[in-house]
Amino acid sequence: MKFKSVLFLIIFSLFVVGCASTQQRLLDSDSSQVQLRSIQTRAFDTTDKEKTLRTVIATLQDLEFVIDKADLTLGTVSATKLKSYAVRITVTVRPRGETQLLVRANAQYNLEPITDPQPYQQFFAALEKAMFLTAHQAD
Amino acid sequence: MRRFLPLLLIGTLIVIGCRTIPKDALSLSPESFAQRQMQTRKYETKDEAKILAACAGLFQDMGFNLDESETKLGVISASKMRSAVSAGQQVGAALLTILTRTSHPTDKQQKMRVSIITRPVGEHGEYISVRVTFQRIVWNTHNQVTKSESLADPQIYQEFFDKLSKSIFLEAQAI
Repeated sequence: MKFKSVLFLIIFSLFVVGCASTQQRLLDSDSSQVQLRSIQTRAFDTTDKEKTLRTVIATLQDLEFVIDKADLTLGTVSATKLKSYAVRITVTVRPRGETQLLVRANAQYNLEPITDPQPYQQFFAALEKAMFLTAHQAD
Repeated sequence: MRRFLPLLLIGTLIVIGCRTIPKDALSLSPESFAQRQMQTRKYETKDEAKILAACAGLFQDMGFNLDESETKLGVISASKMRSAVSAGQQVGAALLTILTRTSHPTDKQQKMRVSIITRPVGEHGEYISVRVTFQRIVWNTHNQVTKSESLADPQIYQEFFDKLSKSIFLEAQAI
Protein backbone atom coordinates (compact mmCIF):
# COMPACT_ATOMS: atom_id res chain seq x y z
CA MET A 1 0.00 0.00 0.00
CA LYS A 2 2.68 2.44 1.09
CA PHE A 3 4.85 1.33 -1.84
CA LYS A 4 2.01 2.01 -4.23
CA SER A 5 1.31 5.46 -2.87
CA VAL A 6 4.99 6.45 -3.10
CA LEU A 7 5.15 5.12 -6.64
CA PHE A 8 2.06 7.16 -7.44
CA LEU A 9 3.72 10.24 -5.95
CA ILE A 10 6.81 9.71 -8.11
CA ILE A 11 4.75 9.45 -11.25
CA PHE A 12 2.66 12.43 -10.20
CA SER A 13 5.77 14.54 -9.55
CA LEU A 14 7.07 13.60 -12.99
CA PHE A 15 3.89 15.00 -14.48
CA VAL A 16 3.89 18.16 -12.39
CA VAL A 17 7.54 18.98 -13.01
CA GLY A 18 8.12 17.53 -16.44
CA CYS A 19 5.07 18.19 -18.51
CA ALA A 20 4.26 21.72 -19.53
CA SER A 21 1.84 22.15 -22.41
CA THR A 22 3.03 23.41 -25.78
CA GLN A 23 1.31 26.70 -25.11
CA GLN A 24 3.15 27.15 -21.82
CA ARG A 25 6.45 26.30 -23.45
CA LEU A 26 5.81 28.54 -26.43
CA LEU A 27 4.74 31.58 -24.45
CA ASP A 28 6.68 30.81 -21.24
CA SER A 29 3.52 31.92 -19.50
CA ASP A 30 4.61 30.68 -16.08
CA SER A 31 6.84 33.72 -15.52
CA SER A 32 5.65 37.23 -14.68
CA GLN A 33 6.27 39.72 -17.50
CA VAL A 34 6.90 42.65 -15.15
CA GLN A 35 9.26 40.75 -12.90
CA LEU A 36 11.16 39.28 -15.84
CA ARG A 37 11.70 42.69 -17.38
CA SER A 38 13.02 44.14 -14.16
CA ILE A 39 15.49 41.23 -13.81
CA GLN A 40 16.64 41.49 -17.42
CA THR A 41 16.79 45.26 -17.89
CA ARG A 42 19.18 48.03 -16.83
CA ALA A 43 19.39 51.70 -17.79
CA PHE A 44 22.67 53.41 -18.69
CA ASP A 45 23.33 57.17 -18.75
CA THR A 46 24.34 57.41 -22.40
CA THR A 47 22.59 57.95 -25.71
CA ASP A 48 25.30 56.42 -27.92
CA LYS A 49 23.52 53.36 -29.24
CA GLU A 50 26.32 52.22 -31.53
CA LYS A 51 29.01 52.43 -28.86
CA THR A 52 26.76 50.65 -26.37
CA LEU A 53 26.08 47.83 -28.84
CA ARG A 54 29.78 47.52 -29.63
CA THR A 55 30.52 47.33 -25.91
CA VAL A 56 27.80 44.70 -25.45
CA ILE A 57 29.41 42.65 -28.23
CA ALA A 58 32.88 43.01 -26.68
CA THR A 59 31.51 41.97 -23.29
CA LEU A 60 29.82 38.91 -24.78
CA GLN A 61 33.13 37.95 -26.38
CA ASP A 62 34.85 38.32 -23.00
CA LEU A 63 32.22 35.92 -21.64
CA GLU A 64 33.23 33.39 -24.36
CA PHE A 65 30.21 33.92 -26.57
CA VAL A 66 30.38 33.70 -30.35
CA ILE A 67 28.23 36.41 -31.94
CA ASP A 68 25.44 35.00 -34.12
CA LYS A 69 23.97 38.23 -35.46
CA ALA A 70 23.73 41.93 -34.80
CA ASP A 71 21.59 44.79 -36.11
CA LEU A 72 22.31 48.44 -35.39
CA THR A 73 18.96 49.75 -36.63
CA LEU A 74 16.98 47.42 -34.42
CA GLY A 75 19.63 47.56 -31.69
CA THR A 76 19.99 43.83 -31.16
CA VAL A 77 22.76 41.29 -30.69
CA SER A 78 22.39 37.51 -30.40
CA ALA A 79 25.19 35.20 -29.31
CA THR A 80 25.87 31.60 -28.26
CA LYS A 81 28.23 30.15 -25.68
CA LEU A 82 29.21 26.49 -25.90
CA LYS A 83 30.99 24.96 -22.93
CA SER A 84 29.59 21.44 -22.51
CA TYR A 85 26.34 23.39 -22.15
CA ALA A 86 24.77 25.93 -24.48
CA VAL A 87 23.72 29.42 -23.45
CA ARG A 88 22.02 31.59 -26.04
CA ILE A 89 21.50 35.26 -25.32
CA THR A 90 19.82 38.19 -27.06
CA VAL A 91 20.60 41.72 -25.97
CA THR A 92 18.57 44.73 -27.09
CA VAL A 93 19.46 48.39 -26.73
CA ARG A 94 16.84 51.10 -27.06
CA PRO A 95 16.50 54.75 -26.06
CA ARG A 96 14.75 55.68 -22.84
CA GLY A 97 13.85 59.36 -22.68
CA GLU A 98 16.45 61.89 -23.80
CA THR A 99 19.42 60.85 -21.72
CA GLN A 100 19.38 57.08 -21.22
CA LEU A 101 19.53 53.76 -23.02
CA LEU A 102 17.75 50.65 -21.85
CA VAL A 103 19.72 47.43 -22.20
CA ARG A 104 17.77 44.21 -21.93
CA ALA A 105 19.18 40.70 -22.05
CA ASN A 106 17.29 37.44 -22.22
CA ALA A 107 19.01 34.10 -22.21
CA GLN A 108 18.38 30.38 -22.24
CA TYR A 109 20.45 27.62 -20.74
CA ASN A 110 20.22 24.42 -22.81
CA LEU A 111 16.44 23.96 -23.05
CA GLU A 112 15.41 26.23 -20.18
CA PRO A 113 14.83 29.98 -20.03
CA ILE A 114 17.03 31.72 -17.45
CA THR A 115 14.69 33.41 -14.99
CA ASP A 116 17.08 33.51 -12.04
CA PRO A 117 18.27 37.12 -11.39
CA GLN A 118 21.88 36.14 -10.61
CA PRO A 119 23.18 35.36 -14.13
CA TYR A 120 21.74 38.68 -15.36
CA GLN A 121 23.37 40.52 -12.45
CA GLN A 122 26.69 38.96 -13.46
CA PHE A 123 26.19 39.92 -17.09
CA PHE A 124 25.38 43.54 -16.25
CA ALA A 125 28.30 43.68 -13.81
CA ALA A 126 30.62 42.68 -16.67
CA LEU A 127 28.92 45.16 -19.01
CA GLU A 128 29.18 48.01 -16.45
CA LYS A 129 32.95 47.49 -16.27
CA ALA A 130 33.31 47.63 -20.03
CA MET A 131 30.98 50.65 -20.36
CA PHE A 132 32.69 52.62 -17.56
CA LEU A 133 29.12 53.46 -16.53
CA THR A 134 26.78 52.40 -13.76
CA ALA A 135 23.83 50.21 -14.63
CA HIS A 136 20.67 51.56 -13.05
CA GLN A 137 17.73 49.40 -12.11
CA ALA A 138 15.21 50.41 -14.75
CA ASP A 139 12.01 50.70 -12.74
CA MET B 1 13.86 -1.02 0.13
CA ARG B 2 10.89 1.10 1.14
CA ARG B 3 13.12 3.40 3.08
CA PHE B 4 14.80 4.36 -0.16
CA LEU B 5 11.59 5.31 -1.91
CA PRO B 6 11.32 8.83 -0.46
CA LEU B 7 14.96 9.31 -1.43
CA LEU B 8 14.14 8.15 -4.93
CA LEU B 9 11.24 10.59 -5.03
CA ILE B 10 13.43 13.52 -4.01
CA GLY B 11 16.09 12.31 -6.45
CA THR B 12 13.68 12.40 -9.39
CA LEU B 13 12.55 15.88 -8.43
CA ILE B 14 16.14 17.12 -8.28
CA VAL B 15 17.11 15.50 -11.55
CA ILE B 16 14.10 16.88 -13.38
CA GLY B 17 13.57 20.20 -11.66
CA CYS B 18 17.07 21.52 -11.15
CA ARG B 19 18.96 21.71 -14.41
CA THR B 20 20.20 25.10 -13.36
CA ILE B 21 22.81 27.23 -15.01
CA PRO B 22 26.40 26.96 -13.67
CA LYS B 23 27.28 29.84 -11.36
CA ASP B 24 30.00 31.23 -13.61
CA ALA B 25 28.22 30.95 -16.97
CA LEU B 26 27.70 34.70 -17.30
CA SER B 27 30.53 36.04 -15.16
CA LEU B 28 34.01 37.03 -16.29
CA SER B 29 36.53 34.26 -15.74
CA PRO B 30 40.11 34.92 -14.55
CA GLU B 31 41.34 33.77 -17.97
CA SER B 32 39.13 36.16 -19.92
CA PHE B 33 41.82 38.86 -20.23
CA ALA B 34 44.44 36.40 -21.52
CA GLN B 35 41.89 34.97 -23.94
CA ARG B 36 41.02 38.42 -25.23
CA GLN B 37 44.70 39.09 -25.92
CA MET B 38 45.12 35.78 -27.71
CA GLN B 39 42.05 36.43 -29.88
CA THR B 40 42.72 40.08 -30.72
CA ARG B 41 45.08 41.93 -33.08
CA LYS B 42 45.30 45.61 -33.99
CA TYR B 43 45.80 46.94 -37.50
CA GLU B 44 46.97 50.45 -38.20
CA THR B 45 44.17 51.78 -40.36
CA LYS B 46 40.97 53.75 -39.96
CA ASP B 47 39.21 51.80 -42.68
CA GLU B 48 36.99 49.35 -40.79
CA ALA B 49 35.15 48.26 -43.94
CA LYS B 50 38.44 47.25 -45.57
CA ILE B 51 39.36 45.02 -42.61
CA LEU B 52 35.88 43.48 -42.60
CA ALA B 53 36.13 42.74 -46.31
CA ALA B 54 39.51 41.09 -45.73
CA CYS B 55 37.95 38.97 -42.96
CA ALA B 56 35.09 37.92 -45.23
CA GLY B 57 37.63 36.95 -47.89
CA LEU B 58 39.60 34.98 -45.32
CA PHE B 59 36.48 33.11 -44.16
CA GLN B 60 35.99 32.10 -47.78
CA ASP B 61 39.64 30.99 -47.97
CA MET B 62 38.95 28.79 -44.94
CA GLY B 63 35.82 27.28 -46.47
CA PHE B 64 33.31 28.99 -44.18
CA ASN B 65 29.92 30.22 -45.35
CA LEU B 66 28.80 33.58 -44.01
CA ASP B 67 25.69 33.40 -41.85
CA GLU B 68 25.26 37.01 -40.77
CA SER B 69 26.98 40.35 -41.05
CA GLU B 70 26.41 43.88 -39.81
CA THR B 71 29.02 46.26 -41.18
CA LYS B 72 27.81 49.15 -39.02
CA LEU B 73 28.75 47.19 -35.88
CA GLY B 74 31.76 45.37 -37.32
CA VAL B 75 30.24 41.88 -37.06
CA ILE B 76 30.60 38.85 -39.34
CA SER B 77 29.61 35.33 -38.31
CA ALA B 78 30.18 32.22 -40.37
CA SER B 79 30.02 28.45 -40.07
CA LYS B 80 30.82 25.20 -41.85
CA MET B 81 30.08 21.50 -41.44
CA ARG B 82 33.05 19.15 -41.48
CA SER B 83 33.84 15.53 -40.74
CA ALA B 84 34.79 14.76 -37.12
CA VAL B 85 36.07 11.25 -37.79
CA SER B 86 39.38 10.55 -36.08
CA ALA B 87 41.44 7.45 -36.75
CA GLY B 88 42.36 6.85 -33.11
CA GLN B 89 38.76 6.93 -31.98
CA GLN B 90 37.73 4.58 -34.82
CA VAL B 91 40.35 2.01 -33.77
CA GLY B 92 39.32 2.31 -30.12
CA ALA B 93 35.65 1.85 -30.95
CA ALA B 94 36.43 -1.14 -33.20
CA LEU B 95 38.39 -2.82 -30.38
CA LEU B 96 35.57 -2.12 -27.91
CA THR B 97 33.06 -3.54 -30.36
CA ILE B 98 35.07 -6.76 -30.67
CA LEU B 99 35.46 -7.02 -26.89
CA THR B 100 31.91 -6.17 -25.85
CA ARG B 101 30.06 -7.28 -29.00
CA THR B 102 27.98 -4.13 -29.00
CA SER B 103 28.54 -1.29 -31.40
CA HIS B 104 30.09 1.89 -30.03
CA PRO B 105 29.32 5.30 -31.49
CA THR B 106 32.18 7.43 -32.78
CA ASP B 107 32.36 11.10 -33.68
CA LYS B 108 30.94 11.67 -37.13
CA GLN B 109 30.50 15.35 -37.98
CA GLN B 110 30.97 18.78 -36.55
CA LYS B 111 29.65 22.28 -37.02
CA MET B 112 32.43 24.83 -36.73
CA ARG B 113 31.40 28.41 -36.01
CA VAL B 114 33.33 31.63 -36.05
CA SER B 115 32.56 35.27 -35.44
CA ILE B 116 34.76 38.24 -36.01
CA ILE B 117 34.31 41.65 -34.46
CA THR B 118 36.10 44.80 -35.55
CA ARG B 119 36.13 48.07 -33.64
CA PRO B 120 38.03 51.32 -33.86
CA VAL B 121 40.49 51.69 -30.97
CA GLY B 122 43.19 54.12 -29.96
CA GLU B 123 42.81 57.73 -28.88
CA HIS B 124 41.61 58.95 -32.24
CA GLY B 125 40.42 55.62 -33.60
CA GLU B 126 43.63 55.23 -35.57
CA TYR B 127 43.64 51.45 -35.15
CA ILE B 128 41.09 48.78 -35.96
CA SER B 129 41.09 45.91 -33.50
CA VAL B 130 39.97 42.51 -34.73
CA ARG B 131 38.78 39.82 -32.33
CA VAL B 132 37.96 36.35 -33.55
CA THR B 133 36.33 33.48 -31.62
CA PHE B 134 35.77 29.89 -32.71
CA GLN B 135 33.52 27.17 -31.34
CA ARG B 136 32.29 23.77 -32.48
CA ILE B 137 29.60 21.17 -31.88
CA VAL B 138 30.43 17.50 -32.56
CA TRP B 139 27.87 14.79 -33.27
CA ASN B 140 28.52 11.03 -33.17
CA THR B 141 27.21 8.27 -35.39
CA HIS B 142 24.05 8.11 -33.20
CA ASN B 143 23.45 11.83 -33.85
CA GLN B 144 24.16 12.65 -30.22
CA VAL B 145 26.12 15.79 -29.33
CA THR B 146 29.43 14.63 -27.89
CA LYS B 147 31.23 17.95 -27.64
CA SER B 148 30.20 21.57 -27.60
CA GLU B 149 33.06 23.87 -26.83
CA SER B 150 35.01 27.05 -27.50
CA LEU B 151 38.29 26.47 -29.29
CA ALA B 152 41.08 27.94 -27.18
CA ASP B 153 44.26 26.54 -28.74
CA PRO B 154 46.63 29.53 -29.18
CA GLN B 155 48.01 28.02 -32.41
CA ILE B 156 44.60 28.30 -34.07
CA TYR B 157 44.56 32.03 -33.39
CA GLN B 158 48.20 32.47 -34.39
CA GLU B 159 47.57 30.86 -37.77
CA PHE B 160 44.31 32.74 -38.24
CA PHE B 161 45.97 36.13 -37.79
CA ASP B 162 48.89 35.15 -40.03
CA LYS B 163 46.33 34.39 -42.70
CA LEU B 164 44.41 37.59 -41.98
CA SER B 165 47.53 39.69 -42.50
CA LYS B 166 47.99 37.95 -45.83
CA SER B 167 44.33 38.51 -46.70
CA ILE B 168 44.54 42.22 -45.92
CA PHE B 169 47.53 42.42 -48.25
CA LEU B 170 45.77 40.46 -50.99
CA GLU B 171 42.61 42.59 -50.71
CA ALA B 172 44.74 45.73 -50.96
CA GLN B 173 46.25 44.34 -54.17
CA ALA B 174 42.73 43.31 -55.31
CA ILE B 175 43.78 39.71 -55.91
